[in-house]
Amino acid sequence: MVSPILELTNINKSFGHVQANKNINLKINKGTIHGIIGENGAGKSTLMSIVFGLYQANSGSIKINGKEINLRSPRDSIINGIGMVHQHFMLVENFTVLENIILGFEGETVFGEKLQKAKEDLEKLCQTYNFNIDLDATISDLSVGFRQRVEILKSLYRGAEILILDEPTGVLTPQEVDELFKILRSLKDEGKTIVLITHKLIEIMDLTSEVSVMRQGEMVGHTKTEDTSKEQLAEMMVGRSVLLRVDKKEIRKGETIFKVNNLSVKDDLDITRVKDVNLEICSGEILGIAGVTGNGQTELLEALSGIRKVESGSIELFGEKISDQNNFLNPRMLKEKGLAHVPEDRQRMGLISDFKAHENLIFGYHDQEPYSKSAILNNKEITEYSNKVMQEYDVRPNSPNLITSNFSGGNQQKIILSRELNENPKVLLVGQPTRGVDIGAIEFIHQRLIDMRDKGAAILLASVELDEILSLSDRIIVMFDGKIVGEKENKNVTDRELGLLMAGVA
Amino acid sequence: MSNIVVDKSKVPWWVSNVIVPLVNLTLALLVSGLFVFIAGENPIEAVKLIIYGSFGYIQGFAYTLYYTTNFIFTGLAFAVAFHCRLFNIGGEGQAYIGGLGVFLVAINLSFLPVPIVWLLAIFGAFLFGAAWAYIPAYLQSKRGSHVVITTIMFNFIASSLMIFLLVDVIRDTNQMAPHTVKLPEEIWLPSFEAFSGILGIKIRYSPLNLTFLLAIASLFFVWFLVWKTKWGYEMRAVGHNTQAAIYAGISPHKNIIIAMCISGGLAGLLGVNEILGVSHKIQAGFPAGYGFTGIAVALMGRNHPIGILPAAFLFGILYQGGSEVTFEMPNITRYMFVAVQGLIILFSGALENLFRPQIESFFVRRLNREVNA
Repeated sequence: MVSPILELTNINKSFGHVQANKNINLKINKGTIHGIIGENGAGKSTLMSIVFGLYQANSGSIKINGKEINLRSPRDSIINGIGMVHQHFMLVENFTVLENIILGFEGETVFGEKLQKAKEDLEKLCQTYNFNIDLDATISDLSVGFRQRVEILKSLYRGAEILILDEPTGVLTPQEVDELFKILRSLKDEGKTIVLITHKLIEIMDLTSEVSVMRQGEMVGHTKTEDTSKEQLAEMMVGRSVLLRVDKKEIRKGETIFKVNNLSVKDDLDITRVKDVNLEICSGEILGIAGVTGNGQTELLEALSGIRKVESGSIELFGEKISDQNNFLNPRMLKEKGLAHVPEDRQRMGLISDFKAHENLIFGYHDQEPYSKSAILNNKEITEYSNKVMQEYDVRPNSPNLITSNFSGGNQQKIILSRELNENPKVLLVGQPTRGVDIGAIEFIHQRLIDMRDKGAAILLASVELDEILSLSDRIIVMFDGKIVGEKENKNVTDRELGLLMAGVA
Repeated sequence: MSNIVVDKSKVPWWVSNVIVPLVNLTLALLVSGLFVFIAGENPIEAVKLIIYGSFGYIQGFAYTLYYTTNFIFTGLAFAVAFHCRLFNIGGEGQAYIGGLGVFLVAINLSFLPVPIVWLLAIFGAFLFGAAWAYIPAYLQSKRGSHVVITTIMFNFIASSLMIFLLVDVIRDTNQMAPHTVKLPEEIWLPSFEAFSGILGIKIRYSPLNLTFLLAIASLFFVWFLVWKTKWGYEMRAVGHNTQAAIYAGISPHKNIIIAMCISGGLAGLLGVNEILGVSHKIQAGFPAGYGFTGIAVALMGRNHPIGILPAAFLFGILYQGGSEVTFEMPNITRYMFVAVQGLIILFSGALENLFRPQIESFFVRRLNREVNA
């Protein structure tokens, strides 16, 4: 039997009273793609940050090629052949690819020979793994997928034998994911070892040869991928079996309450991103918008919720025109009319991460009674309400005074959802409700959306997860290049059909 | 040593808000002591003089509190804008124009009952200061001109404008110096001398006056505004995350203007202390750097009224004690104390994070040990 390239024994790490990693044992064999899967907050990223030298473990040992090593900083890890591609890229936007890669490893004060040598080496690397990157391109001109490749290339150039990727597909389009997987496979074929951190079961099944499952800071199982199934892994992750399909009642469709006529919207760069869109939503119905990211869904939701200006066309709520190119209601007025919005990007828009949880729970409703009266915030009411909804939505930890950034992604999403659903909106706009959210919370969030629909709300759901669209929606529209390219009742629709529409070929 | 990772949620509040500022302050004073030593004086004697000068006798203490009053206003001014993530460097100019507001109201309405004149003069100070801050605020919110740049420029404009007024328009024409006539004595704010008489202490003169209470009230006002009202909530929301504020229907434009106007208004209140309380006339250059020092006060006080009060008091001690030192120690000039202030700003502002990680991780480890023991 081969000795593992990376071996972790009894790793423990705690942050205060929270133990993020408990007695973790892990063996990773050379030349494999090893998946580490678990819910958000299961401790995957912490574990890998320890391996990369960003954190120091409280106890335990790390061996590389059978030799025990002490990793005090990322530099130590790089020397030992470990590279990591973070969820958020660490690149200097206005530098070129080449400049970014040699950053910190220039080796000479005035660029000359060594730079030339680096360039040649990199070109060779690019060729070997089919990276297809222009080394002189500026990072800010590159798409997300290419930026990720630069990160990978950077690690390889610095001699990485073990490459750790933290949620690499979260920001990629399906095509980019395919490209990435191709690259990862060719890396494996060249003998590199890859550790893939993810919470997407499909990726694990697709790519890995071995998989380790984490739950609440513990390693709960190791298995060969071929010996397991999606369902089995999901059960291990959450500790119980999950329904990947949602139970929902037969639709009880009411009258049309939300209507969009010939809507066009421009983005910040003055490019038309929504083109002549028409849609109607009835009460008691979920209308799903499927589409690859960047085909106008973001701008559409922003226009409908009053954040973005309407270029032409109009929006009607209960037969009353609420927005057109000349005047539009701001989000606060729309909220008063019963329109709630769960934004796509909770960090950028949905929350203020430096605020306390209770401050975020009234965000956007803070000027309504009983939360404030003649401009003075009513702390007692706010605390009471916060305690109540945090319990109802099972937000953990249940402490309204905790700063929001200390909650996990799923719990942050629950904070937003509880806030937006609490007022029983008539129309609910939802963008990517479960992005970066763990399976347990996904189930919960889906159930809440179905409950809202059964109570008679009209829901517009935009998601890049086809599964989510298929399991929740009553009717599905597909957006491509800012236009609606297809509309289907959600009966006997296949992902294949939708996929073709999403790609703009059908 | 440079990348110590400290889990912020584990750091007790008193470590980051009390211990760290105190350590920084001590360092600044140590370096200052070195300067004093190099200048050929005994640092320990200098400290004794500072303490004597600012606490040792009642008149000195009154001076300390008078300086504190000014620093509270300018410190609060900076802090309010900062909660909306605006760096209002224009406290100096806003205070200057605020003084004009006090004077114009007081001189033109002096026929009204005295307390009414006071109230209107305070209002005038706030309004003029706010108006001077409104223009940079408007330019920031509508045109994106950075307030740091525009408020600095507005300090110069305020200074030139006031010189023009003091020379050509509102000068006391019986003399040549650039200052106005004195306000009628009935409407002067009662000074500490009047009170001290009641308490049975006799002092000759003190600039401390009723405005000190206005400063204390302002501390409460700012605390209440920022943390207890929806306006403060909205200002902080815009400051922390403008995108999210827009999503929630909060107007960044409106809140930038509100925050800056309140900030400018608070700076303007300095004029009440200086003109209604002390000199009773506008003199050229009366804000004398209080506006700039207010930035340091706010930074040291972590932009919270509870921190600003001791920070303002500390600078009051330095101002008053410092003048005592320069009086007694010929080798130490007034400029040495400007340098000391500079060092405090350097250590508690610019180098604020120099020792923070070490101190915080030290306490976190100690506390952990106690818990485990």
